[in-house]
Parts: sequence; structure tokens; C-alpha cells
Amino acid sequence: MSMATATIQPVERENYLNKEYGVGSWLFTTDHKRIALLYLISITFFFFIGGFFALLIRLELLTPASDLVQADTYNKLFTMHGMVMVFFFLIPSIPAVLGNFLVPMMIGAKDLAFPRINLLSWYLYIIGGIMMLHCMLTGGVDTGWTFYTPFSTAYSNTKIVEAGLAIFVTGFSSILTGLNFVVTIHRMRAPGMTWSRLPLFIWAHYATSIIQILGTPVIAITIVLVAAERALHLGIFDPRLGGDPLLFQHLFWFYSHPAVYIMILPSMGVVTEIIACFARKRIFGYSFVAFSSIAIAVFGFLVWAHHMFVAGISVYAALVFSLLSYAVAVPSAVKVFNWTATLYKGSIHYDAPMLYAFGFIGLFTMGGLTGLFLAALGIDVHVTDTYFVIAHFHYIMVGGALMGYLGGLHFWWPKISGRLYPEGWARLAALIVFLGFNLTFFPQFVLGYLGMPRRYADYSHMPEFQVLNVLSTAGATVLGVGYLLPMLYFLWSMRYGKPAPDNPWKAAGLEWMTTSPPTTFNFETEPVVTWEAYNYDEIDSAHKQEVKVVG
Amino acid sequence: MSDSTVVGLHHEEQHHPELLHHFAEPQQQEDSASLGMWIFLGTEVMFFGGLFCAYLIYRLAYFGDFAAASQTLSWKLGATNTAVLICSSLTVVFAVYAAQQGKRTMLIGSLVLTIILGFAFLGIKATEYAEKFEKHHVPGPSFQFDNVPVPGHPDQMANRGHAQIYFALYFIMTGLHALHMIIGIGFFTWLLFAAWRGRFNPEYNTPVEMGGLYWHFVDIVWIYLFPLLYLIDLHK
Amino acid sequence: MPEDTKLSREPSEPAHEHHESSLTGYIVIWLILLAGTALTVIAARIDLGRFNAAVALTIATIKALLVALFFMHIKGAHEKLLKLVVISTIFFLFILLTLSMADYGTRTWS
Repeated sequence: MSMATATIQPVERENYLNKEYGVGSWLFTTDHKRIALLYLISITFFFFIGGFFALLIRLELLTPASDLVQADTYNKLFTMHGMVMVFFFLIPSIPAVLGNFLVPMMIGAKDLAFPRINLLSWYLYIIGGIMMLHCMLTGGVDTGWTFYTPFSTAYSNTKIVEAGLAIFVTGFSSILTGLNFVVTIHRMRAPGMTWSRLPLFIWAHYATSIIQILGTPVIAITIVLVAAERALHLGIFDPRLGGDPLLFQHLFWFYSHPAVYIMILPSMGVVTEIIACFARKRIFGYSFVAFSSIAIAVFGFLVWAHHMFVAGISVYAALVFSLLSYAVAVPSAVKVFNWTATLYKGSIHYDAPMLYAFGFIGLFTMGGLTGLFLAALGIDVHVTDTYFVIAHFHYIMVGGALMGYLGGLHFWWPKISGRLYPEGWARLAALIVFLGFNLTFFPQFVLGYLGMPRRYADYSHMPEFQVLNVLSTAGATVLGVGYLLPMLYFLWSMRYGKPAPDNPWKAAGLEWMTTSPPTTFNFETEPVVTWEAYNYDEIDSAHKQEVKVVG
Repeated sequence: MSDSTVVGLHHEEQHHPELLHHFAEPQQQEDSASLGMWIFLGTEVMFFGGLFCAYLIYRLAYFGDFAAASQTLSWKLGATNTAVLICSSLTVVFAVYAAQQGKRTMLIGSLVLTIILGFAFLGIKATEYAEKFEKHHVPGPSFQFDNVPVPGHPDQMANRGHAQIYFALYFIMTGLHALHMIIGIGFFTWLLFAAWRGRFNPEYNTPVEMGGLYWHFVDIVWIYLFPLLYLIDLHK
Repeated sequence: MPEDTKLSREPSEPAHEHHESSLTGYIVIWLILLAGTALTVIAARIDLGRFNAAVALTIATIKALLVALFFMHIKGAHEKLLKLVVISTIFFLFILLTLSMADYGTRTWS
């Protein structure tokens, strides 16, 4: 698809980026778009940190022996990788960056309902992040990101309380963001923007917010209990004193399972927007996609103990949670069917965002289906705590959520920055990411199925696993290159990229009816919506009627 | 830096001084605040909910030990505190009413009474905690709970470890509740100063209403804590 | 969808209209709450076997409902949204408690 010719702008119009300069204008901003960029920088920083730990893990696993680091250190590596990636990258990512930027614009509002609380959210994230950095620099944690008891409460002598407090603080960032989105979507929609005209990106963020609001407080109180137990030897989770270690797991997973839906739902929202735009079609089955988002949020709260099948819960409970876990796959599958049906007979364009969306559909489907393998008790008994599980969740979190995030960044980059990224490099990067990802994680499915346990620094009793591990590490290197490229050319585009027109993709949605980049208050006059979502037939027919001028 | 220039208004409007720029009208702002506070209270329900879950599980598992431990608390003090909070909820609704009606004296009086009752609650709680400290019932290295019979089973002694779990949950649940009370009293103190300076009137009294919602929620938590913690097997 | 045709800026209640709750009404609720507390204590001192806890929790729930409906003004709210928020929250708390019991209630050991 050809981009509309860039308008010549001899003098740069006032927009949210150039309205004010100076560090103070950024650190004390209440503009949701600036806060989104603050988040973008911060989570990219933590992505590097989490990625650095991943690099060390993969380097260690090149050889069967624990020769790069000792087991104690290795335990810290995978713990910190998990904690940083989950709490400081994946959970905030799309909502804090794309959600913050786009939610008010997509509904026709000037800002979120509570702009100052939005800024507070970012500060809480930063404070939690600094606490986590300090924790890592002064010894870290070795319990796994899941900090199971009684190891975390009675035996480990690493900095668990500090890490827990860091996550506690960042958790409130997540809660407040969710709260802000729900109130905004209910109260700040422009006239005519009814629920059934909302972009599905909004529905996805609404569902995500429900999970953030209801789930995060439970892990918060769990952290309080762990900290109290560690400090006072209370016995709540200590079997020697009558406590039950499984109570911790119930409370932990009550949040942490829905948390994975916090990570994937926004990504699904992004993919929906991209597919509609680059297939030039209304989304097939709008209500199904909308309600499936809500269904995923609700069902996601019902399945947590599928992480505990072999931990010691009763067989009856395992049965119940296994059945419920099959149920939660249904709304996700509904979305995949709807995306596919949207693509059918669409006018497909293969720009970089669409490449990421295609990658998402394939990889998320694989990740999701392998989740069903794990939900089956008979299979789970064999592959739990192996690389099969690791491959499963990385397919969803990286192949799914992260691809969606990257696709969204590309799709809305012209709007956010006012610049076009270099399309050729972007397509190349998308391809490299896809190939690198599969090379990294597909071998892990095989490794897990063959029995390689997770969280082992030393697998020298199973030296035959080395080949697959080497493939995986090679893939990780390729993946790293794929991630580095967008960072480089996005930065490059801020200075040297072509100025972006208001709507380079001719996409539907209120955000595309503003300037690129938008002004601080988004709209010159409050929009009044009289059209349905994804009105691509109208958009495209309007352009067909344009008289082509020669010369 | 605050963006005080308002873009996009078509007509001359006399802005209510409390209207924030990103809202179109005061009612929208008030409705947003209200929904936001209710959602926040939802998060608080889940926050306390985790503790109630732990409490439920252990109470069912160790009922006799929990009963023994519970009966070292003073149900009279607990009941008194419950009454104190219920009275404070009444003074809070009076305060909200007064703010809506523009009755400044009644508003200030109600806020003062609420704060006093809040301190009364905390005072009683403090004496209870002090007594627990003296009796070595605070969980930790100096915890003692020996030779306390299980109510209804005089020959069976309560399990020390299980009793410690009871007290752990007792202190964490009531402590968290007390922390919320302290925050509530702080917020109401701010409300008192703002009311004194005449900030609230029938057109704008949202902070009073929001403070009220929060206070009632803290009251509701205590309404559940009291019977669960203080009244186990009292008839034995 | 409760708000499908409603513009988001329609007020949840007409501006400046106050609920019909008179101060007398509040005092009545207050007295009922105090009576409920007394009842809870009295019932706790009577042996009702396995129903002691159920009675105590039932009275507590009624008291909580009274505070929520009348003191927190859910009863007079013109919007169903607030009731939805409250019900959803209680629902998910209920899920936490009951599905945990699916494990704890069915363990056949110790």
C-alpha cells in the first residue's frame, strides 16, 4: 500500500512533543501521551535488563556442565529474568505505552479520567523499578519468579522481602492504570461513541483493566504475608508449624494466572486493529470478539490451580481446574477464528505491522494449543517443570504478546512520533524476529517432551540435550538482533524519518483523525461519532472517488 | 507545568472553579470520581479478601485451636469497637448530608465527631494490642501459648503452632484494618480543614462523599472481622 | 449492554438532586446496626452447634448490606454500573474462597 504523500511542513505545528521543552515538562506532565512515552523508555530499559539475564541463561546452557556460573547464581539468573520480564516489562507494556497513548484518543476524549493518577502510576512503576534494581545489584533473589514457600519464607537467604516490596509497589501502578482505563471508558466517551462502536482495542483494554483491578491486590497481600512470615517466622506457610505451603501457591496463582491474560489481551486488541486495517475490512463478528475479551478476563480467574497439578492439591480439585482450563481456551480460539474470517477475501497488505500480526496468530495459536496439552492431567504429570512449559509460555508471551507490542509500536509510530519508520528495515526485522523466535523456542518443546527439567544449570547427566540447547541459544542471538533493529531505526526515524501524514495507513479510528503527532488535547473540537467501527468500506470507497490528478 | 488553557469550547461557559480541564462538565467529573472510588474499594475488597481466604482455610482446619486463641481476646472490647465504628458511620453520613445541604456547622461538627470516634477505635485497639504483647501472644520469637485448653475439650491442649497462625492472621488483619483507619482519619482531617475554609458547598462536595465511601468500607471490613475473630465458640 | 444507547456524559443522576433519605432514615439504620451487633454477641453465647458461624456471618452480611445500600447510597443510585462493580467484586472474592475450598475441602489425607 502506498503511503499518502507527506505534506510539506515549513514550520512545525504545535503538538504534544514540542509544546513544552525541559525535563520538568516531562517529569511533571499530566498529558497521557507524554506519560506513555515515559513508560516506553522505562520498560525498554527493563526489557534490556531482562534480556541480559536471558542471554546469560542461554550462554550457560550451551554446555551441559554448569561451567559459566554456579547453580546458586543460575538460580538468581532465571529468577531475575522472570521477575523483571513479567512485572516490569510484560504486564505494563501495551497498556502503559499504547493504552495510555491511544485510549483517550480512540474514544474521543482529551485525556484519561485521572491524569494525575496516571502520572502517579508511572512514578510508582519507577520506584518499584529502582527497588528491584537495587535488589538485583545487592544480591538478587534465587527462588524463581514464583517465590514458592517454604523455600522463600524459611530457607532462602536472598533479598526476597526487598524484591517483594518492589513488586508490591509496581503492582499499584498496574492497579491504578486499570482503574483509570475503566473509568475513562465508561465516562469519557465522545457523543455518539456507543459501546458497540468502540474499537476492539478498547474492549481488550477494558477486559485487561478488570483483571488488573481484581487480581493484583491478591498478590499484593500475598507478598505482605511472605514478608511477615520471613520476618517473624509466623508459620502461615510453614508445615513445621501447621502452615500449608500450598496456600501460598493458591494465593499467588490466583493473581498470576489472570496476569498472563493481562499480558495477552492488549496484544490481541492490537492485532485486531492491525488486521482490520491491512485487510481493509470490518472485523468479522465484532460482538464475538468484544465479548470474548470479557470472557477471557472472567474465565481467567477460574483456572489458577492448573499451575499446581502436581503440587499436592486433591485429585478432585485437579479435575475441576483441568476442565475449567479447557473452557478458557474457547474465547481465545473464537478470536483466532474471527481474525481468520476477517482476512478471508480481504485486501491484504504486507506492511510490517501486518507481518507481526501474522506472526502473532501463528505463534499464539501454537502456544495456546500447547496450553491445552498442559491442561490435560495425564500429559501435565510428565511435562510439568520441563522445558515444554517454558516453550509454551514463551510462545504466548514472546511469540504472542511481544509480537503484538512490536506490531502496535510500528502501526502507531507515525501517530506517536510524527515520523515514518523505514518500511524495508521493519519488514526485515519482523522476519528476523519470527525466525529467531522459532529457532529459540521450538527446540525447547522437544527438550521438554524428552524430559529436560527447567531451572537446571547443569544437565550433564543428559548430555544428549546439548544439540537442541545450542540451537536454542543460536536462535536467541538471532532474536536479539531482531529486537535491536527496531530500537535503532525508531530512534533514527525521530531525527531522519519522513514526516508522517495524519493517516498514513488510511486506518479507521478517531486517533487517525488527529494530526501526527497530535496536539496536547488531541482534538480541535470534540468529535461526534456517527459511524460504526472499522468502516473501511466507506474509507476506501471515498478514496476511489477521488479524481486522480496527473502530474 | 499544568495545561490551563482549555481548547475546544464552543460557548462561553462560566467554569466551576473546581472543574478540571479535561472534563466537559462538573457532573462528569463527579461521576468519574465516584466510579473511581468504587473501583478502588473493589481492589480493597480483594486485598483483604486474600487474608479472609487464608483465615477461612485455617479456621476450618484448626477450629479448636482457633477457638482457644480467640477466647483470649476481649469480646467486650471488640463489640465496643464495633459500636464505635457504627456510630462513626452515622456521623459520616451526617457530614455528607451537611455538605450537600451547605450546612457548614453541621458538616464541621460531624467531621470532628468522626475523627474523635476514629481515634477512640484506635485507642481501644491499642490497649488490646498491648495486652496481647504482655501475654506473649504476638507471633514471633517470644510467642507463648502453652497449656491453654481447647474450648469444650478441657483435657486437650491447643496446638502452639496453630494458635500462632491464628494470632498472625489476627494481627495482620486487624493491623491492616487499623492502618486503613489511620489513613481515613488523616483524610478526614484534611476534609475538616477544607470544610473550615469553606471549600465545600451544594455544587461541589465530592471529596466528602468519596471520603465517606472509604470510611464506610473500612466499617464493613470490621463488621466481618469482629464475629470472625472474636466470637469463635463463645458459648463453650 | 446497559449503556449501549446512552451517551457517556449523561449523568448518573440528575445534577444536584439528593436522595430522599432523611436524617431520620439514617438514624433508623444506625439503630438496626447496633441491634445487629448486640444480636451477634447474644447468638454467639448460645450453642447453635455448626450454625453459630453461619448465623454470625449472616447478621454481618445484613449489616454490611445496610451500610452499603443506605449509607453508601447504592440503593438510590440511578446507574446499574455501581451495583455491577460491587457484585463483580464480591463474585470474584467468592471464586477465590470457594475454588480454594475445592482443593482444601476434598483432601483425603491429614
